[in-house]
Amino acid sequence: MKAAVLVFPGSNCDRDCKVALERSVGAQVSMVWHKETELPAGLDLIVLPGGFAYGDYLRCGAIAALSPVMSAVRDAASKGVAVAGICNGFQVLCEAGLLPGALLRNVGLKYVCKFIDLDVVNGQTRFTAAFGETRTARMTMGNGEGNFFADEDTLDRLEGEGQVVFRYRENPNGSARSIAGIVNEAGNVLGLMPHPDRAFESALGSADGALLFKSVMASA
Amino acid sequence: MSTSAPAGLETALQSGLSPDEYALIIRRLNREPNAVELGVFSVMWSEHCSYKSSRRHLGKFPTKGPCVIRGPGENAGVIDIGDGDAAVFKMESHNHPSFIEPYQGAATGVGGIMRDVFTMGARPIALLNALRFGDPEHPRTRRLVSGVVSGIGGYGNCVGVPTVGGETNFHRGYDGNILVNAMCVGLARTDRIFYSAAPAADLPVVYFGSKTGRDGIHGATMASAEFDADSEAKRPTVQVGDPFAEKLLIEATLELMGTGAVAAIQDMGAAGLTSSCVEMAGKGGVGVELNLDLVPQREADMTAYEMMLSESQERMLAILEPGREAEAERIFTKWGLDAAVIGRTTSTGRIVLRHKGEVVCDVPLAPLTEDAPLYDRPWVEETRAKRLDPAKVPAPEDWTTAILTLVGCPDAASRRWIWEQYDRHVMADTLEESGTAADAAVVRVHGTPKGLALTCDCTPRYVSADAYEGGKQAVAEAWRNLTAVGAQPLAITDNLNFGNPEKPEIMAQFVRAVEGMAEACRVLDFPVVSGNVSLYNETDGRAIPPTPAVGGVGLLSDWSRRAAYSTMAPDDILLVVGVSHGELGASLYLREHLGREDGAPPPVDLQAERRNGDFVRALIRDEAVNAVHDLADGGLALAAAEMALASDLGITLEPSSQLHAHALLFGEDQARYLIATPEPETVIARALEAGVPVSPVGRAGGRSFASGDLFDIPLAVLREVNEGWLPNYMSRTA
Repeated sequence: MKAAVLVFPGSNCDRDCKVALERSVGAQVSMVWHKETELPAGLDLIVLPGGFAYGDYLRCGAIAALSPVMSAVRDAASKGVAVAGICNGFQVLCEAGLLPGALLRNVGLKYVCKFIDLDVVNGQTRFTAAFGETRTARMTMGNGEGNFFADEDTLDRLEGEGQVVFRYRENPNGSARSIAGIVNEAGNVLGLMPHPDRAFESALGSADGALLFKSVMASA
Repeated sequence: MSTSAPAGLETALQSGLSPDEYALIIRRLNREPNAVELGVFSVMWSEHCSYKSSRRHLGKFPTKGPCVIRGPGENAGVIDIGDGDAAVFKMESHNHPSFIEPYQGAATGVGGIMRDVFTMGARPIALLNALRFGDPEHPRTRRLVSGVVSGIGGYGNCVGVPTVGGETNFHRGYDGNILVNAMCVGLARTDRIFYSAAPAADLPVVYFGSKTGRDGIHGATMASAEFDADSEAKRPTVQVGDPFAEKLLIEATLELMGTGAVAAIQDMGAAGLTSSCVEMAGKGGVGVELNLDLVPQREADMTAYEMMLSESQERMLAILEPGREAEAERIFTKWGLDAAVIGRTTSTGRIVLRHKGEVVCDVPLAPLTEDAPLYDRPWVEETRAKRLDPAKVPAPEDWTTAILTLVGCPDAASRRWIWEQYDRHVMADTLEESGTAADAAVVRVHGTPKGLALTCDCTPRYVSADAYEGGKQAVAEAWRNLTAVGAQPLAITDNLNFGNPEKPEIMAQFVRAVEGMAEACRVLDFPVVSGNVSLYNETDGRAIPPTPAVGGVGLLSDWSRRAAYSTMAPDDILLVVGVSHGELGASLYLREHLGREDGAPPPVDLQAERRNGDFVRALIRDEAVNAVHDLADGGLALAAAEMALASDLGITLEPSSQLHAHALLFGEDQARYLIATPEPETVIARALEAGVPVSPVGRAGGRSFASGDLFDIPLAVLREVNEGWLPNYMSRTA
């Protein structure tokens, strides 16, 4: 499996994503600087990692969404390549218009870092097939602006179309309908606030994140 | 004002120098300094930069050992952790700024300590912090806690270095001066460590990072003075942090180091450009000449004085190998950093500064560095508190109330409200952290079976009662906490926070605490490799409790063989390793339940500490125990309650002892551990063989924390009290 991890100035989970992909599915991972205008050929997965791209200045993800590399990401997404935005990467994908909705300040107004339990709402996606009968996942989250928001019609549509992929069992930040992760209509672009890249082996407290990467590999 | 006009005594006094010191400058220069020169002297001779009151005593610390690659005197200490890996670490205070502006003060404290670590060529991999706040009921405390915690999180989270541990105390002694001590640990290769000494003359001096602005001017001087009613007016001396800039700076610095272009490097911390260029040239025995017109400036018309004294954050100074400027520039451009070659090293032994065509400073370096003032401040023999006879300390009338008081008191209640605001998992190598109930944090040495164990410790109420024993205890507790996770303790960094050293009774606290720490370091083979001194923590003449915080680093050769206290299993037998005399002087029980702070702290028997610790470490290595917790604040009662809560499993204590029950349960005797094991016979037999005292004290099981007919408290009640205090306190409006 060939994967690319994008690196924006201020990304800080880029290495974590690379290591998680290598260790959980043996992926061949290239790091792609945000100024690049082309992506490596033959990619099965593009990851937008967590962090604080451009310091989260203006709005989380707003400046990164305009980076040169994002045109290439948009092209690849339209051709069906799997794209996963984790944490800050999810925020970038929303700002880039590749996913609906927005991530707002957490309701407690604080950064929250903790282990959380998720329901795997849709186990039929390219990102969740490997969860199989396991319909829950434990991962860690760490964000100040992870409160998913969309208007009611959009939320109804996301629910109706099976685009809600992960849901918090206990809502940690006020996210609409406890949504933790969604996919686009085509099902090849995922946004997820919790970190599979920090929960890919049991020593880290959970290995459930590895199932996400295994799902993508199985579909590649 | 002409740049050559003498600055005058009045200006010197305003800059924090004494009349004697001003006279000394004139003697060294054979003339009066001008304003810029005086500015340079005043910050370099500030307590913060010169260590003029403390240096004489810091020499008492053992600083060498088989693992030490570089001890004190550099930006951070460096130790060898095998296989070509080195751990680089230091702790530093940001007390004064955090009191004035808690968010920025704490944030820039974190930024500063990270720079000290990556300046040496190490990638920061973990942050810890030691915080002391005033009485929770003091009107400022809540706002300070809130600001400091979000400042620490705001900076570390953004840079992407996990904040894995720390400690927090509350005491009215800190009402007027909180303490914010931040520790950073980094990883480097032993053959790729970078130092600050300029290696030769005629090399380019390059400035990179953020632009220089008018913030933080005289921060080092402010940090070297007491507070009074006008301290609020010092807000402009507090720096403003930009963690995004720091993240770029880390990546650019490490990338630049990888090219081999860096001959020497130093961050711009306290006293900014002044201290970085003076220290680099001074240590290298060369000179330096800078053209200040070339310094990247944030504001128009900055004066030479402002540029030299600015403490704008996220700036570095490097001396490059000849001809490598273009390579460096490519890296700075990639990371979007301001950069400029602003001068060269010289062979003159002087610092020469030019600005707008004029020489604005031309002074020898020696008086600023090795010949800076050094004081032997007078100190009196300290008064040491007397031992309390446990039999004369009242037992609780209501045991349940006493236990719940301890479990929910500000110094023992859960810190979840704090650590949930810190990213503890970024870098995906965190195994134990504030949230996982182990005595020390554990992070993996990336890609290896090795783990680093990290802790911050000090018990200020012990140091207040007896500075020497308290100093010993701070070091011993750090050693014990590292041992309790199974690590081999290697070395420490320290952060010595005290009041005004010009007062003999404060100087006595400092000297005795240092001597106690030094003794513990010697006996435990636990050298000091870096540190920081923060004096003048006083407001309106009232000093903080003496607080020598210790940051300990230990090594696990196999991180899978480690211990926590959340892993006790049903029917485990609980044993106490070590001897219990029931020492209740200066204990948490005495303070929280009886409202008293008298008595001598528990004495530390360092030989017993070592023997008991080595025994426990061997048990962990051999997987003979399920859970380990050191006995500290609140004694056996609190340690067992914490083990029960963390393991979500009841404990029944059934100690057989000649001691009074309250002395046994609340006594804070040192060198002790609580262990839970399914094979007590084996452990007891091994202890006999090793000459280590162990005694069975209870059993795991059920859903309550109980002891005979003294108390029987459901875990749910215990948890509510332990978890409830801090969030309830923070959500209350004053």
